Amino acid sequence: MALDNIGPKRLVVGAHYGMRDWLAQRATAIVMAVYTVILLIAFLAAPEFSHDTWSGLFAQQWFKAITFVAFVSLFYHAWVGLRDIWMDYVKSVAVRLTLQIATILWLVGCAGYAVQIIWRT
Amino acid sequence: MTDDVKKSRPEFRNIHVFENLPNYRLPLAGFVSILHRISGFLLFLLLPFILCLLDKSLRSADTFDSIRELVSPWYVKLVILALSWAYLHHFCAGVRHLFMDVHVGLDKDSARRTSAAVFIVSLPLAALVGLKLFGVF
Repeated sequence: MALDNIGPKRLVVGAHYGMRDWLAQRATAIVMAVYTVILLIAFLAAPEFSHDTWSGLFAQQWFKAITFVAFVSLFYHAWVGLRDIWMDYVKSVAVRLTLQIATILWLVGCAGYAVQIIWRT
Repeated sequence: MTDDVKKSRPEFRNIHVFENLPNYRLPLAGFVSILHRISGFLLFLLLPFILCLLDKSLRSADTFDSIRELVSPWYVKLVILALSWAYLHHFCAGVRHLFMDVHVGLDKDSARRTSAAVFIVSLPLAALVGLKLFGVF
């Protein structure tokens, strides 16, 4: 039995992006959860919450890098989730396609803003 | 007798939003699930606001201080509270999801218990954020 078979008779066809996106959503979720914990620890470990300590944290290169990775994960994760919502509730192909494109533009715009924030200084 | 009781229970197929949803009794895990979706959508919609706050918090000491003013109106506090709840719920329900993906807690009883746990963790934490926001402590 080939690997792309479910049972002896059913052949699974398609682009397999369903599985890929499902897995990506989980992987990106773990990245964001770990980032949340790191951010929380850094926040609690600081002697006080001030602009100095806060921006000092984000000034370090390793923190910029993991913040960037967390944001990219967020955008991919949000794309999969939003696509699921549109596919579940919007039956009209034209409206769904419009909403999906709007979602991508929204997320790409947010990604640009995030990059600008992370590397401003 | 038992047959009559069974027959009188409503059957839902292809539920309709306005006709069925108001009297459709969702299991606890169902509430966690739909709220996971709603909180995710809310976080998506408010992404520019979250990024704007991060921007202000990092740009300079002045903009850092200006956040206090920005969040002083009650409706902005409500938005922050909604965001905090959405994040907490989405986080807790997400962790539950990840465990279920590796087949932990899939049976009916533990699914109910873990969905209760999601609310037990996320709601009091969100309430704490709310109390802090509105200056109770």
